[in-house]
Parts: sequence; C-alpha cells; structure tokens
Amino acid sequence: MTDALRVSSVSHAYGRRKALEAVSFHIPQGSFTALLGPNGAGKSTLFSLITRLFDCREGSIGLFGADLAQSPGQALRQLGVVFQQPTLDLDLTVMQNLRYAADLHGLPRRIAAPRIERELKRMELSPRRGEKARNLNGGHRRRVEIARALIHDPKLLLLDEPTVGLDVPTRKSLIAQIHELCRQDGLAVLWATHLVDEIDPDHDRLVVLHKGRIWAEGEAAGILAANGGSLNDLFSKLAEEEAAA
Amino acid sequence: MSWLICLKGIVWREMLRFLHQRSRLFGALVRPLMWLVVFATGFRAALGVAIAPPYDTYIPYGVYIMPGLVGMVQLFNAMQSSLSMVYDREMGSMRALLVSPLPRWYLIVCKLAAGIVVSILQSYAFLAVAWTFGDDAPPLGYLTVLPALLANGMMLGALGLLLSSLIRQLENFAGVMNFVVFPLFFLSTALYPIWKIQEGSDILANVCQLNPFTYGVELIRFALYGQFDGLSALVVAVAGTVFLVAAVMGYSPSRGLAKLKAT
Repeated sequence: MTDALRVSSVSHAYGRRKALEAVSFHIPQGSFTALLGPNGAGKSTLFSLITRLFDCREGSIGLFGADLAQSPGQALRQLGVVFQQPTLDLDLTVMQNLRYAADLHGLPRRIAAPRIERELKRMELSPRRGEKARNLNGGHRRRVEIARALIHDPKLLLLDEPTVGLDVPTRKSLIAQIHELCRQDGLAVLWATHLVDEIDPDHDRLVVLHKGRIWAEGEAAGILAANGGSLNDLFSKLAEEEAAA
Repeated sequence: MSWLICLKGIVWREMLRFLHQRSRLFGALVRPLMWLVVFATGFRAALGVAIAPPYDTYIPYGVYIMPGLVGMVQLFNAMQSSLSMVYDREMGSMRALLVSPLPRWYLIVCKLAAGIVVSILQSYAFLAVAWTFGDDAPPLGYLTVLPALLANGMMLGALGLLLSSLIRQLENFAGVMNFVVFPLFFLSTALYPIWKIQEGSDILANVCQLNPFTYGVELIRFALYGQFDGLSALVVAVAGTVFLVAAVMGYSPSRGLAKLKAT
C-alpha cells in the first residue's frame, strides 16, 4: 500500500543554520504517528515543508504517491493541517471560518454544507456555530481548527503541537478524539509534540526528531523497549546526548 | 469551478472583514473628506486651475482634487490590505490560505481581487459623499470611471501585496507611510497639476511624471469625464503587472516565506 506520507532525505537550512538534515521517514495509511522531539528539534520546519509553506530544496516529500514539488495541488488536497500557531480569523464566526476553509478547497456549497454540519457535530461545536472565534476559549478554538482541517475529507491530518496552552482535560479529550478519527475513518495522523504523555505507547507509531535528524522511527513500544522502557527515559537520553554534545 | 469558489471565498471573507471593521470605512471616508472640505476650501482662492483637459472650463479646486482623493482612497485601502497581510502572516492566519491546493499565484491574485472590490466600494462611497458637498462629475462619469478604478485598484493593490511580501515585521510597516504613501501621493498630480508644480521646480515635476500614481489619478480624472487617457492606461497596466509579478514571486514557496522565516 502507498504510504500516506514519505519524507526522503530532506534537509533545510535558514541561512547557515541547519534546521533539518537528511530526514527520512514514512507514515503508513490509517496510522497514528507521533512526531516527538524537544523544542527546536525541527518539527515546525518539517511541517512547513510538508505543507509547502516553503519549498523543499533538498530531498523529496510525497503524499499518497504524489510528489509535493511536482504535483503540489494533488498532494495538498490529501492533507489537513492544524498549525501550532492559531490560524483562525478571530473576526469571523465558527461557521464563517469553516465556510471559508471549504471555499479555499473549492468545495461547492451543496458538498460543503453537510460536511460543515458533520464536523460541527463531531467536534461538539454545533451550539457555538454563530459565535465569533474571538469569543471562544482555547480548547474550542482548537476544535474549530481541527474541524476546519477535516472539511475537505483529507486522508492525512498533520497537527503541530495542537495542545499547547490547553488544560489537561481538554488535552486528553482532544487526543482521544483524534485517535477515534484514526480508528473509525482510517485517517493517517502525524501529531507533533514534545509532551511524552500525549503518546499511547501500546498503539502509536513514533518518529523521534532530535537536532534536525531522525533519532528513531517505528512502533512506540519497540523504540521504548530499546531506550529504557518509558518515554521519560527516552527524553532523558536525548537531553543527555544534547548536554554531551 | 473550484477556482471560482476559491475566488468567491476570499472576496467574501475580505468583504466580511471590511464590514466588521466599521472604523476602516469611516477612516477611508474621513481622510479624503478632510482634504476636500478643509484643504480644498482653503486653497480655492489661492490656487487657480487653468483650463486643461479633461476640463473644458475653469473649475473649482475641489473639483480638481476629487480624482486625486479617489486615488488616495484606493492608495490607503491598498496599504491597509498590505498591513493586514503582514498582520495575518505574523499572527499565522495566512497559513490557512497558503495550504490551499490551488496554486500560490492564484491565491495572491484572489487576494488582490478582493482588495480591488473593497477599494471600488470605498471609492464610490467617497464619490457619493463628495457629490453631496457639490463636488460632482457628469452623471455618466460615475459609470465610465469604473474601469479606471479597477485598473488603479489593481496597480495599487499589487504594490501593497509586493510591499507585504518584503516587510518582515509589522513594526516596519510605519516606514511604508513615510517612504511609500506620502511620496506617492504628494509627488503626483493628485493635489496640483504638473504645470503648477513645474512653476516651482522642474525636478519635482519630472519626479511627478515618473510616479505611476500620477497616471492612476489622471486615468480616473479623464474617466470621470467620459474620456480615455491612453498613456495613463498603459503606464497603470504596465506598473500593475510588474508589481503583481514581483508580489507573486515574493510569495512563492521557493522564495518569500522561507526568507521571512529565517529572520
């Protein structure tokens, strides 16, 4: 089966500072993969390249077999994104934000309207559809962003530290909801985080990014077993390596 | 079809934002009105405007500066759009636009189109208010000016987009007022005819003739009187195209944002 995402030998630098170096990994369809790495590991740069905010100059990125550089439209159609930075238009209502996202993907109204309803219901936002994004709390804003990322029925969902600034119950509920999406709809998910408690060691796949390089990739259980048994041990190991360098 | 839906969505969002920001409409009208009511009244007696095309008789100074003030409305709207692009980029909301599967150049053209629509609405709102002050144009002129507003809106909107692709931080935007807006406006025929400027300084008159905004204003002036100024139309079209191509390059995934991110 074609991978949902295949990143091959990707490097990127900001001037002389290298942010990513020969990064390669893949995400199988329908899997939940956590992209784990401390702050500054290169996660956001990687996301910017996968979403083509800027071009990948070294290496290649493919989404469901479509090369991002050669067929960006085809590749981006498969992709839903929730950025770390909030990207809602605060002056628009929840409904208007979702309609705008549907328009940006060129969805006709007859297709967009039921999908907006579906996502409002799934994210438990129906009662807030008429509220301006500005008046929502952090958790609800995040839900709107996830609903927006799902409007065009992507096959791969990227979330860049989506729980930043949220309280513990909201974080847990959001993670559970995304896992549910993965199981029920067969959506592939790449969840970037630096919080080890957001990873389910028994079911998730793990890509560990450290100092712009892939440090480990595979089933979370296998990686943990090889690195002390727990995610905290793994993070301590990364910290030790950083201190030693 | 999906391209049209995207265009509609971007224009619709810009309209909604414009309607929500009532102070923006208020500001867009008050600024030129201050010039029309206060400045033009003061200068009416001091400044004589000789008969020159497209006018076939002596005209009050208020009538002379009206096309320039329409240009001013469009100029400030373009800079406001540019500012909001920089703000959207800093706040992150532009990312939602840029991950659309449609080509980046098309998204930029859609943003430009949305800005032009708002700019034309503002211009007509100003023309309506100016009409109530007695500074009017021939009735048919309000229709024939539309293509000129479209062309001038395109040129200035593209310039705004280009500036937004070059400006790295919101704080730097203040410089645009000093180094772009004021020179464009004051070194043009918006407030005085070229021959009047020439009486004071040949150099300044030459600078005015190199300023693309001069031609935007003249295009509007002639169009308001049902006439077509070919040279102005050509300059506005060429300048608009150059600005737009540069703006599209500035927002290209291979150039603009990566460079901006590096700072």
